[in-house]
Amino acid sequence: MKRTTFVVMAVVAVLFLLSWIFKAIALKGTAEHYWIQGFLITFAAFLTLAVLSFLYKDNPFYKFAEHLFVGMSAAFWMCLGFWTTIVQNLIPRLSSSLSGFFEVPTIPGDYNFFFYIPVLLGLLLLMRLSPKGGWISRWPLAFIVGTTAGLNFIRYLRSDFIKQISSTFVPLFGTDWQGAGHFFSHLDLSATGQLALIAANWLIFVGVFTGLIYFFFSKEHTGWFGRASRVGIWILMITFGASFGYTVMGRVSLLVGRITFLFKDWLSLIS
Amino acid sequence: MKVILGIVFLAVLLTCSVAFAQTDAMTPADSTAADTLSPPAPPTDVKAVDTPNDHGHSITVTWKLSTDDGGGAKSVSHYEIFRSASPTGPFDSVGTAVAGQTIFVNGGDKEKQSEDYFPDDSNFYYRVDAVTMNDSVRSSSEIAGPAHAYGQWYNTGRTPVLVAVLLFMILTIYFVSRARKGQELYVRPLGGIEAVDDAIGRATEMGRPILYVLGLGTAADVATIAAFTVLGRVAKRVAEYQTDIIVPTYDPIVMTVAQEVVQSAYLDAGRPDTYKEDSVFFVTQSQFAYVAAVNGIMLRELPATNVYMGKFYAESLLLAETGAVAGSIQISGTDEIAQIPFFIVACDYTLIGEELYAASAYLGREPVLLGSLKAQDWGKALVIILAIAGIVAANFGWTWFTHLFKVAN
Repeated sequence: MKRTTFVVMAVVAVLFLLSWIFKAIALKGTAEHYWIQGFLITFAAFLTLAVLSFLYKDNPFYKFAEHLFVGMSAAFWMCLGFWTTIVQNLIPRLSSSLSGFFEVPTIPGDYNFFFYIPVLLGLLLLMRLSPKGGWISRWPLAFIVGTTAGLNFIRYLRSDFIKQISSTFVPLFGTDWQGAGHFFSHLDLSATGQLALIAANWLIFVGVFTGLIYFFFSKEHTGWFGRASRVGIWILMITFGASFGYTVMGRVSLLVGRITFLFKDWLSLIS
Repeated sequence: MKVILGIVFLAVLLTCSVAFAQTDAMTPADSTAADTLSPPAPPTDVKAVDTPNDHGHSITVTWKLSTDDGGGAKSVSHYEIFRSASPTGPFDSVGTAVAGQTIFVNGGDKEKQSEDYFPDDSNFYYRVDAVTMNDSVRSSSEIAGPAHAYGQWYNTGRTPVLVAVLLFMILTIYFVSRARKGQELYVRPLGGIEAVDDAIGRATEMGRPILYVLGLGTAADVATIAAFTVLGRVAKRVAEYQTDIIVPTYDPIVMTVAQEVVQSAYLDAGRPDTYKEDSVFFVTQSQFAYVAAVNGIMLRELPATNVYMGKFYAESLLLAETGAVAGSIQISGTDEIAQIPFFIVACDYTLIGEELYAASAYLGREPVLLGSLKAQDWGKALVIILAIAGIVAANFGWTWFTHLFKVAN
């Protein structure tokens, strides 16, 4: 480790140690365990700044935060998966003696022989660890991928295919078309008026039509097909632009939340 | 004297209160209240049948409205539905329906331990009461039944889905058989995929690895399945060029499948000995911890090319921005519409939505994949035709056509 790095790390450590002491003193009288509370707030602030330091460049503080985050989360999710999926959901349905061992209530009526099938598939997956029997693990994989792909196929057909087709069935001249003369003499420019409705319906029609042409892979995009495809990609890009702006606003609000934590909960500079 | 005056005063008060009470009794409101005291006409033609298109454990009760519901004395406020295992009772209330409603679904749980358990194949009898504002003033219908619940094998409300499945099946089988016979099936070039080979070549020249990120999807997601196919192709090229590949994964099952895919690709390339088992590894199942780890890999290993294929959520921009800062060539593809904009702004090439599925067929050139891609294209052509027909139907008010596409949940 370079000397400069060591000095910077020492300075940061001292600063946060002081911050912990000051925070604990500030919390005295308001929190019961003010030393622990002070440590947690200071450590959270340190981790926030350590992660934000990545904006400058990769550094030991970021590495520390990253490894802590990855290690803690991997362990947490493994424990959660074991205790919620295996212990709470599977074992009560398999064996009363195992339920007793793990101190989870048995539901006698829930006992079902079919629950041994996922147990078997899970054990077959673990065969990957065996140098000779590794090929057996492909069976449960094939089962998982094949079954879920088949189930998803039906779901997508229903939600993305048939329902989207029926959503495109819009009257291009509004719901109450009484001729051009009547339309222009009663022109309604409001957002809920007939003009807006007709424009929205035309947009849906053109958007779906040209968008589908863009995603047509069997024909070269030349001539009128190419022009329609170009309109399709323009519509897609405008949609993506709107989506981008909307999501960026959400991200900014997350940043505001973090900055509020630093300035309010940690430094107490804002009330 | 005072006593007489007091008696007169009390008499006047009493007279006035009686007079007011009589006047009040003549108001229309009290007139209606008096009417509600008489029982309304009962609902008629009550029928109890098994609820169609379900998994059982449910009976549907229908009836014709009481003549006092919206008409007559207009005194029906709601209907109360009763059920019994015997036509002679006792009947228990199972629910209510508001005035004007003529249907009630009496469903329950399929688990025997549940308090709400509703058995299949047991006979039940139903009665419907028309109830007034005064709950005790009601009239009961004839008893309907017996009816028993049972599950159906076929949901008629989902016939359009069956038709679509059959249609796709026929199209896919047809095009796959054509591809297997060796017929050339044209697929237009995809910018992002054309760049994959160049990107692998660049990585080889620079002596740097290729980072392949499969996103947060599970092995069940269509995007992840498509990403596996692209991974196979990339891994094969990597093996041929003897470059390194890094595949950090979020899901243990995805990791297992990815390991199989990469190993098979090395075998196909004739270099099984160069396959490194730890090139595909599990990181964590926490979204942002995974991002932190992958970002760290990008800056420490400095991959020449980052490929993001699969299902991505909020981490898409964080990954793509870091990759751009690290100076890597970036190729992305996802069907997650909300994340495509971030990939478009931060990556060199982006496969939008279905282009990702097409990429796997374009790269693999396998008859099955090409055939399914062609079937999808024909499916899209069908959508265009049906959409135009539907628009015409909507303009002319042909509701029968739009009803053809109604799908039960």
